[in-house]
Amino acid sequence: MGEVLRHALAIAGKDLRLEFRSRTAFLSALVFTALVLAIFQFARDPTAVSAVDLAPGILWITFSFAGLLGLNRAFALERENRALDGLLLSPASRTALYLGKVLANLVFVGLVEAIALPLFAIFFNVPVLGVLGPLVAVIALATIGFVAVGTLMSSIAVSTRFAELMLPVLMLPFLMPPITAAVQMTARIFAGRPFSEIIGWLKLLVAYDVAFLVVCILVFEHTIEE
Amino acid sequence: MTAPARHPVLTVRDLARSFGPVRALRGVDFTLDAGEVLAIFGPNGAGKTTLLRILAGLLRPERGEVLLGGQSAVRAAASQRRRVGLISHATFLYDGLTASENLEFYGRLYGVSDPRARALAALEAVALAERAATFAGTMSRGMLQRLALARALLHEPDIVLLDEPFTGLDQAAAAALRRQLVRLREERRTVVLVTHNLDEGLELATHTAFQVAGRFVECAPKDGDAADYRRRYAEATAAHG
Amino acid sequence: MTAIETAELSLRRSRALMVAALALLAAVYVRALAFTPVEATQGPAQKIFYVHVPSAWVAFLAFAVVGVCSVLYLIFKEPRLDRIAAASAEVGVVFTTGVLLTGPIWAKPIWGAWWTWDARLSSTLFLWFLYFAYLVLRTAVQEQGQRARYSAVLGILGALLVPFIHLSVQMFRTLHPQAVVLNPEGPTLPGSMLATLLFSLAVMTLLYTGLVWHRYAQAERDEARAERAADDAR
Repeated sequence: MGEVLRHALAIAGKDLRLEFRSRTAFLSALVFTALVLAIFQFARDPTAVSAVDLAPGILWITFSFAGLLGLNRAFALERENRALDGLLLSPASRTALYLGKVLANLVFVGLVEAIALPLFAIFFNVPVLGVLGPLVAVIALATIGFVAVGTLMSSIAVSTRFAELMLPVLMLPFLMPPITAAVQMTARIFAGRPFSEIIGWLKLLVAYDVAFLVVCILVFEHTIEE
Repeated sequence: MTAPARHPVLTVRDLARSFGPVRALRGVDFTLDAGEVLAIFGPNGAGKTTLLRILAGLLRPERGEVLLGGQSAVRAAASQRRRVGLISHATFLYDGLTASENLEFYGRLYGVSDPRARALAALEAVALAERAATFAGTMSRGMLQRLALARALLHEPDIVLLDEPFTGLDQAAAAALRRQLVRLREERRTVVLVTHNLDEGLELATHTAFQVAGRFVECAPKDGDAADYRRRYAEATAAHG
Repeated sequence: MTAIETAELSLRRSRALMVAALALLAAVYVRALAFTPVEATQGPAQKIFYVHVPSAWVAFLAFAVVGVCSVLYLIFKEPRLDRIAAASAEVGVVFTTGVLLTGPIWAKPIWGAWWTWDARLSSTLFLWFLYFAYLVLRTAVQEQGQRARYSAVLGILGALLVPFIHLSVQMFRTLHPQAVVLNPEGPTLPGSMLATLLFSLAVMTLLYTGLVWHRYAQAERDEARAERAADDAR
């Protein structure tokens, strides 16, 4: 168990070192996120609906797009020089490989979200500071589910034709439950609703995260073993 | 005094593997011991790469068995993968990492003690010590091949597999590689070398085999000179190709 | 018998089953239109219910079959299981499309809107996206073994997803009361309506089985032919 974690950390560390050396993917994801947020501002009628009503939806659609961008890199970077074979040759278990990739993706997507959130608060004048704790918790939970499934899907998508198109097609049905839960919870958090209104969605999200993490770990090896 | 019963380092029995309708391997058998070098010659499409990938644990066979020191490598835990090193056409290296970073990473995966020191030692062994901080993406083909060799030997495997390692190397680099492979033999490691270059293969080999259309046509200790081999190889490929 | 001959025998038999099922389906329509009472509040438009609901049942059944075959495939690596899953997905997506088309046809005269985000219809919509992803993935992978593995992984995850989609939709719906008070299924079903529904359900399942068998037999024959061609070439 400890070995799995050690290997996963080594793999995640390697991914993040490569990623932040080149920075292209990260900066692109950031700029893209800012752009999406800006476009949303002009994609609505400011007199008809207040920003706070639409805000949760906007936030989560933005996060989804940014996340999808980030997910593709994870296995794409193993294609150069067939580095994936090097990983498979090593004693590292397939589970360690999956977890390492999930960790690296979590850091990547998490950083994009951490920068996008203040931007969102500024653009739409949404008071997030007061509810930062619960909000971050919701973001973390939804991101875990999203990244767990997305990492697995990217492992499949990377070896198909049209990989960049394939990943969203595979992912989007799986995003419906966590995004729905996240938006509902975010809306209630902004509106200061009591916890009892949130707990149902919270349970759904946690159940989703646990169920999919477990199943993804179980089936991951079939996406890479020949 | 009778020596205690000992398993050969590498045993392969009736190995077979298909990809859909294509039968890449149709039953391969051989046994190798420490210090033995098997050179496998064969045309493209003979299944040589498939054989090596199965030996390395990258591919599962449909039939047959691979035993490392008497223990199955097919149903293997990670521990068996530790005993094998593979050098292929692709280097398995990250362009965006330096030479030492690449080796340290692999050292961590193989659980070597003090990955940094081991990485530097491995670089010295392949004469790349002064390139430790060079990014793999900027290295020449010859340097990359040496780095790949360092990577493959970092964890001191009993068995070293080489898939056409001389491809794309110039004279100097090929000579350097040959010297290193001779050293492997002296270190009593077991080597399986796949090549279509008869001369280079013969120089290193203790045993030879011809692989054609998924099978070994001939497999025996080295016997005869280059001219003999050229003749027999031509016959083998003509008869079974 | 050679592999091709076995496949062709299966093709003939499954074709017979399909024809029988279609004939029975015609019988269902006749019964529904002529011999089942008209529903009081919704009128004749309600009769599409006898096609809509059983189709939905089959649509979800088909994905359950995909899920089960996917799990079994990853355990046993038997290509026939992959073929069944693929056939079930292809038939399933057709039934799902049917549900999504008959839904609006029913909704418009009764509720005045082409689409309502009714719980079941919403779930079916996402089921359709799942089928789409599964089928597109299959076309994007060339090598058989890889295609089967990837499809099986997606099949398992998809089957796990369906209950979560259901739950999400239900929880979402309880916040947004339906625009119309009418329950699409009708309050309780009197005897003859229930009989028609069950009859339709049975026939739809039979049709599903025939169609899946037929697709399976087609795939089997195509693969047998490809192998014969590969053997001849050698």
